[in-house]
Amino acid sequence: MGEIFDFSPIFESFDRVWAGFQSTIQLSVASAILSLVLGTILVAMRVAPIPLLRAAGTIYVNAVRNTPLTLVLLFSSLAISDTLHIVVSDVPRTNYYWFGVFGLSAYTACFVCEVLRSGINTVPLGQAEAARSIGLTFAQSLRIIILPQAFRTVIAPLGSVFIAMIKNTTVVIVASYAEAAAIMKDLFEDYSASLGIFIGFAIGFMVLTLPTGYFFGWLAKRLAVAR
Amino acid sequence: MRVRQIAVAAAAAALALTAAGCGSDTEAPGGSEAKSVLQKAKESKKLVIGVKFDQPALGLKKPDGTVEGFDVDVAKYVAKELGVPESGVEFKETTSANREAFIQSGQVDLVFATYSITDERKQKVTFGGPYYVAHQDTLVRADDNSIKKAQDLKDKKLCKAAGSNSYKRVIDPPPDGQLDIDATPVDASSYSECVAKLKNKALDAVTTDDLILAGFANQQKGTFKVVSDPFSDEKYGVGMKKGDTETCNAVNAAVTKMFEDGTAKTLLEKHFDGTGLKLDFEVPKAEGCA
Repeated sequence: MGEIFDFSPIFESFDRVWAGFQSTIQLSVASAILSLVLGTILVAMRVAPIPLLRAAGTIYVNAVRNTPLTLVLLFSSLAISDTLHIVVSDVPRTNYYWFGVFGLSAYTACFVCEVLRSGINTVPLGQAEAARSIGLTFAQSLRIIILPQAFRTVIAPLGSVFIAMIKNTTVVIVASYAEAAAIMKDLFEDYSASLGIFIGFAIGFMVLTLPTGYFFGWLAKRLAVAR
Repeated sequence: MRVRQIAVAAAAAALALTAAGCGSDTEAPGGSEAKSVLQKAKESKKLVIGVKFDQPALGLKKPDGTVEGFDVDVAKYVAKELGVPESGVEFKETTSANREAFIQSGQVDLVFATYSITDERKQKVTFGGPYYVAHQDTLVRADDNSIKKAQDLKDKKLCKAAGSNSYKRVIDPPPDGQLDIDATPVDASSYSECVAKLKNKALDAVTTDDLILAGFANQQKGTFKVVSDPFSDEKYGVGMKKGDTETCNAVNAAVTKMFEDGTAKTLLEKHFDGTGLKLDFEVPKAEGCA
């Protein structure tokens, strides 16, 4: 039993494990920001009064949300960067970092969009009508009246989306960017796979995801819309 | 009431699990009940052999469910020498990460999976063989003439496959590495992905054992070439449960016979001819069964 729960590989190569989790954090933060921006644009498209925008938003969300993340990331790095030779940076690691972020954000944005759309549905119709009656345009009423309330009602589910996204970073190795899960594979090769390494990385991810969950829970309570 | 029943069932299951865990722990390392793989092979005429399923020319699973490759053929030959006909051999996929675990838990009897003999691994498993000594080499695009030896890798993009430490030998200085060449590592999830990236010029070179590289070169003839500037020795061994000396000696006898009767030469030529790789038909020096 002792050998199975041997955590020494984690401590022996702690600098590599730490570097792996730093990559995970960098991926998560950039993807969270980008997917929030993209998701907001998408939801604006999906509720827009212009049919073409609505259709484009719906098609994007349904296409990307229903594609496995591995394929989205492979498309991002192997198809766009490697085959079409579109590069962001000449340093491979930086380049694939950004293509990893793009792929992850393109995917997560769909979920952000759908969560926000459910938030918009909680805003009473009368508010939109009132906004229109005082002469606000669609963009103005969305920006000033509807989205701020929608955001505040969906903070908790947004937290779930981001927790899922942090765990999804483990797939980013297919986009050629090594993060914590890839380092775990390296440790398996160096020390042979053991429960100790596995549990060590699982704890590492919980250190990232648990506080995220608590933070969003706290934020949701603090900013809840009283109706 | 319902909840309590479930809790009791869960507790019982947990208890059973821990009991099973303890049991296997006391029996596993050469307990008096444990049979050697050789005895098992002679009595039941059956063996479970771990091979790779994703390594062209070494161990590759085909769409019809059969596996083929040099490792697979050597495994069949050794199994026959241990008294198991080809029909009694069951091939099971082992990956680099789970080889030791599969051997220790008895899920496989023997492992033929580009399994290099190293001092760290010797502490966990016993190695028969080696049945071939591969060397680390470099794979480049066939039309790339800028890389003719390992030293030319300076400032080139070199593949770093997750779960493999071959790249370290090129990039890092000893003791972790060897050549200390200033190449740029590019991450990839596997060697097949490394090769895909090499093909569309996202990187310049892939480095690992020459047999693995030759397998890829053979799969897409004319696209790649092996540089043939070998460094390091990778002794491919036959993994088995720690302390199974009886089986290990039998495996070594089979390997020696395979080289002496010319089967090894036939098999090597069958799988690696035409890749530019210099093959070695001598019996590799046995490691001794520890």
